[in-house]
Amino acid sequence: MTIALQQHARLRLQGITKRYPGVVANDSVDLTVMPGEIHAILGENGAGKSTLMKMIYGAVRPDAGQIFWDGHPVQIASPMAARQLGIGMVFQHFSLFETLTVVENVALALEGKFDLTSLASRIEDVSDRYGLSIEPHRHVHSLSVGERQRVEIVRCLLQNPKLLIMDEPTSVLTPQAVIRLFITLRQLASEGCSILYISHKLDEIRQLCDRATVLRSGKVSGEANPAEETPATLAQLMIGTSLPEMSRQPRTPGEVKLAIKRLTRQTQDPFGVSLAQVRLDVHAGEIVGIAGVSGNGQAELMAALSGEQTLADKHMVLLDGQPVGHLDAGSRRNLGLGFVPEERLGRGAVPDMSLAENAVLTAHRQALVQGPLLSMGRIRQFALQCISSFGVKCAGPQAPARSLSGGNLQKFIVGREILQSPHVLIVAQPTWGVDVGAATFIRQQLLDLAAKGVAILVVSEELEELFQICDRIAVLTGGTLSEAKPVSETTIEEIGMLMGGVDAQEGEAA
Amino acid sequence: MLDHTTALLAATMAAGTPLVYAALGELITEKSGVVNLGVEGMMLVGAIAAFATVASGNSLLAGVIAGGLAGMLLALVFAVLTLTLMANQYATGLALSIFGIGLSAFVGKAWLGMTVTGFQKVSIPLLSSIPVLGGALFQQDMMVYGSIALFALISLVLYKTKTGLLLRAVGESPDSAHAIGYPVVRIRYLATLAGGALCGVGGAYLSIVYTPMWVENMVAGRGWIALALTVFATWRPARILLGAYLFGGMTSLQFHAQGLGIAISPYLLSMLPYLATIVVLVVISRNPQTIRLHAPASLGKPFRPN
Amino acid sequence: MTFRLQLESRPVASRTMRYVAPVLAAALTLVTGLVLFYALGKSPVEAFKVFFVDPIKDLNGITEWLLKASPLCLIALGLAVGFRANVWNIGAEGQLTMGAAAAGALAVHFDGATGHWLLPAMLVAGLVAGAAWAGIAALLRSRFNANEILVTLMLTYIATFFLGYLVDGPLKDPNGQNFPQSILFGESALFPLLIEGTRLNASTLITLLAIPFVWVLMMRSFVGYQLRVSGLAQDAAVYAGFSRTKAIWMTLLLSGGLAGLAGVGEVAGPIGQLQPSVSPGYGFAAIIVAFVGRLHPVGIVLASLLMSLLYLGGESAQIALQLPNAITGLFQGLLLFFLLGTDVFVNYHLRLVRVSGGQK
Repeated sequence: MTIALQQHARLRLQGITKRYPGVVANDSVDLTVMPGEIHAILGENGAGKSTLMKMIYGAVRPDAGQIFWDGHPVQIASPMAARQLGIGMVFQHFSLFETLTVVENVALALEGKFDLTSLASRIEDVSDRYGLSIEPHRHVHSLSVGERQRVEIVRCLLQNPKLLIMDEPTSVLTPQAVIRLFITLRQLASEGCSILYISHKLDEIRQLCDRATVLRSGKVSGEANPAEETPATLAQLMIGTSLPEMSRQPRTPGEVKLAIKRLTRQTQDPFGVSLAQVRLDVHAGEIVGIAGVSGNGQAELMAALSGEQTLADKHMVLLDGQPVGHLDAGSRRNLGLGFVPEERLGRGAVPDMSLAENAVLTAHRQALVQGPLLSMGRIRQFALQCISSFGVKCAGPQAPARSLSGGNLQKFIVGREILQSPHVLIVAQPTWGVDVGAATFIRQQLLDLAAKGVAILVVSEELEELFQICDRIAVLTGGTLSEAKPVSETTIEEIGMLMGGVDAQEGEAA
Repeated sequence: MLDHTTALLAATMAAGTPLVYAALGELITEKSGVVNLGVEGMMLVGAIAAFATVASGNSLLAGVIAGGLAGMLLALVFAVLTLTLMANQYATGLALSIFGIGLSAFVGKAWLGMTVTGFQKVSIPLLSSIPVLGGALFQQDMMVYGSIALFALISLVLYKTKTGLLLRAVGESPDSAHAIGYPVVRIRYLATLAGGALCGVGGAYLSIVYTPMWVENMVAGRGWIALALTVFATWRPARILLGAYLFGGMTSLQFHAQGLGIAISPYLLSMLPYLATIVVLVVISRNPQTIRLHAPASLGKPFRPN
Repeated sequence: MTFRLQLESRPVASRTMRYVAPVLAAALTLVTGLVLFYALGKSPVEAFKVFFVDPIKDLNGITEWLLKASPLCLIALGLAVGFRANVWNIGAEGQLTMGAAAAGALAVHFDGATGHWLLPAMLVAGLVAGAAWAGIAALLRSRFNANEILVTLMLTYIATFFLGYLVDGPLKDPNGQNFPQSILFGESALFPLLIEGTRLNASTLITLLAIPFVWVLMMRSFVGYQLRVSGLAQDAAVYAGFSRTKAIWMTLLLSGGLAGLAGVGEVAGPIGQLQPSVSPGYGFAAIIVAFVGRLHPVGIVLASLLMSLLYLGGESAQIALQLPNAITGLFQGLLLFFLLGTDVFVNYHLRLVRVSGGQK
């Protein structure tokens, strides 16, 4: 540490604080990044990583504290100002424009003359040099998630950054793409570019990063050399306790509860994915996982299974042996289907309605409606039961859904579905953006439910999660589903290969 | 019969011109992701401002400018409410239309029944002597030519410059534009004000050139038709021009029906542009994919930087 | 060090501000109005009296107040159900016109009929015609995705021309010196008066019945719940399996039907015949009533009384102050502007922030 300070730090933060109504997102954070260093910011969801990065990138202004750049105090008033200093950022949720081409997207982030032709050749130069193959004239909506990330990276590199911020860059990548990304990042670091690498994935950080600063509830909870730590010690710094354990009772799969038979559906959305010949059986007492990078037909498959989109051929989806492809979501629920969608606010729950009102959304079948009228007393009771049995932290049944944290709202939605005793439960991204405690709780609930004989289908981008809870795993790429393999007969690497799809082929070509 | 055709075509151009101005204005606004349903109100206020200016002895050009400023002023009210105070764009646009109708009627009481002299027709040498079409297309007033120049300018800016690219980008994803450092709210303000000014100019054309007199509520739904035109055109300038003349033709038809030997109740003929609007909306909206591909993705959705 | 006001979002929407905002908006409209009167050289005190006190200082005034509030309230109740479901029926004026035309056609056709069946038949005709006119928009929206705002508006213009065609054609009074209007309706085609010597009639009772009906529908029924979900979060409605098509049809038929009834109330009430225009813009003013009333039945009742007073005040100002009665429309627009502006405080609050702050 003392040696590092003799050289000017590329970036130094001192006492950076940012408050939002009701929360302190960053509390007096200190951070030092040296030239050419790959520095990890580690922390679980809601620890304040993204806010901190937005302040460095000038998108959010700190309430207190000082930023030093190359030894000089600076105020970063806007992303433009950050870019002029030499700071580039690759966002977790890409900041790209789908209807524009790659070169148009890049042009918007660059200053200077508006000349798309010469810019296109500059893009090709940079992408060759760093092994980030992209075609400048394609529209962004036609690109895979991995390709979009390359566009973001190339856009940063064209500005010759001295510091590159990567916000959860691997959450959307296949294992192979992650390896390629790491090669690029190491090349950049060796050329002197500092990299701030934000992640909650311990293994990656141990592989890639020179140093790590750990955030917990907005405060720095420790610094470490990740290579010298174990996942357990890093997790200890990150969540303050050791990782919670899960208990897995033995379960014996029974009869087929959910059958998907050659499900084919042409997308109506010009930016969507068509499903082709998807087949899968889910048995009673079994958890089947669908792995894959989002944007490969997950949304379309979920909509087709839940009934939000109906199918032309009713025999494509069978519930308890009964064809339901033609039925809408409500009718499928009447037959014992439960569904937890990946968007909690706005789909799984109505943000501006209370938890009690949100209970009615799907649980109105539990005698919450009498004749044409809502039964206010029973609705309240159901919501209370859901809140207490699933440990939902909230101000009570009257609390609006939008006032809950991601983890608590997810517990409420999962609870609402489970309390209706479904025969088949479909869950999309069960723990996206959820803190570790809630994530463990939700996974445990799924395990317990399967032990009771419910057939469960889980779609997730987190391979570790799928391997933790599933009996079998299939992979969805480009709208087709691979055969489901028993967890005991496959590995994360093998599933990762299957996820490759388009990206993997391109990697070979390049 | 040929004379009638020329006259009808010429009238079509003139009747379409206020729609060209207003719809191109709304196009600019909507490209930035803002939908302003106050076109009718802005046109009316533009119409009375222009008329009052000219009737008070000022030049026609001063009238056009006054109309544009009045429309812009109303658009400013809309922008403050929706872009700064986060009010619902649809409700605010409706309020703007209702307010514009009331305001123009209130101010306009003093000018009822007066007339002014509009722009002279300007013949373009050679072109205007082309049979049938020449008289229709190249013997028009300056504001008609102006509307076509405006169309060319907007097409050029929208598709060939960084400004246009930025406008489209903000309309598609204000979050992305904000993330890479563009002042989304300011850009939307400018687009809304530009749109309001053009709606005002469209209204001005009605009151000081087309009619030219002040009649209460004289815009008679053209503001709403201009809104429908942006959908019909799937947000592309060339189709706006086409659509505007199509509706101009419908409007002119009622006045030339007798000359063309059509005997239908004038009440029923008057319904024609409104009926056509519905038909056109149905035909275009039927295909959600076209709309999805061309509509600004953030249209009508509020954006607040944090 | 300088300070600046900044909007900051509230963690939870403020219930208090939801109720305070409309009152604040009314107050701001009043202040603006008084300033406007002053600028026009009228005494603000006198203008206030003329606008808000004189029109309702006697029984006749109060009955006129209720008479105008009734159609505004009835239409706004229907619109509010739709607005909550995110279905934007902006063409209530047209549905009112068609309701009036249908009822009027019956009244003219069966002129001289005795018995108690004609008025109920007119009510049914008005209800059906208004609902059908809005139903066109529902059909085009649900089948072809055509924007209901524009369709209902276009249908309003068409309805106006249609009524013009009727009263200047098939339904024209043959002995009316060629005026474009129908004969005066007979006794059996008119609502009975509630208070003799005034114009307040039994059509007001329809509004009184509609208020609790819409309240239960909106706040306590499962159907109303589904409509609210549909309006607040369309994806959640699809997720739950609530039909969007049903929401579109239900809300448009309901709001169109109520507007049609309001139309019957006008022609079989104070007007007593068909004329080229049967409403001073009630259909549009009701949009404002619905918003100012917070899309809530009780709020709508209060807002319709306020709006009705603006109509009476405008007429009174025209006579007493020689101001154009278009001032009513001006105030209506202002009221909605101020409401939309003050509404920001439901979800946000103002905070003083240091501009130079941030870095020490």
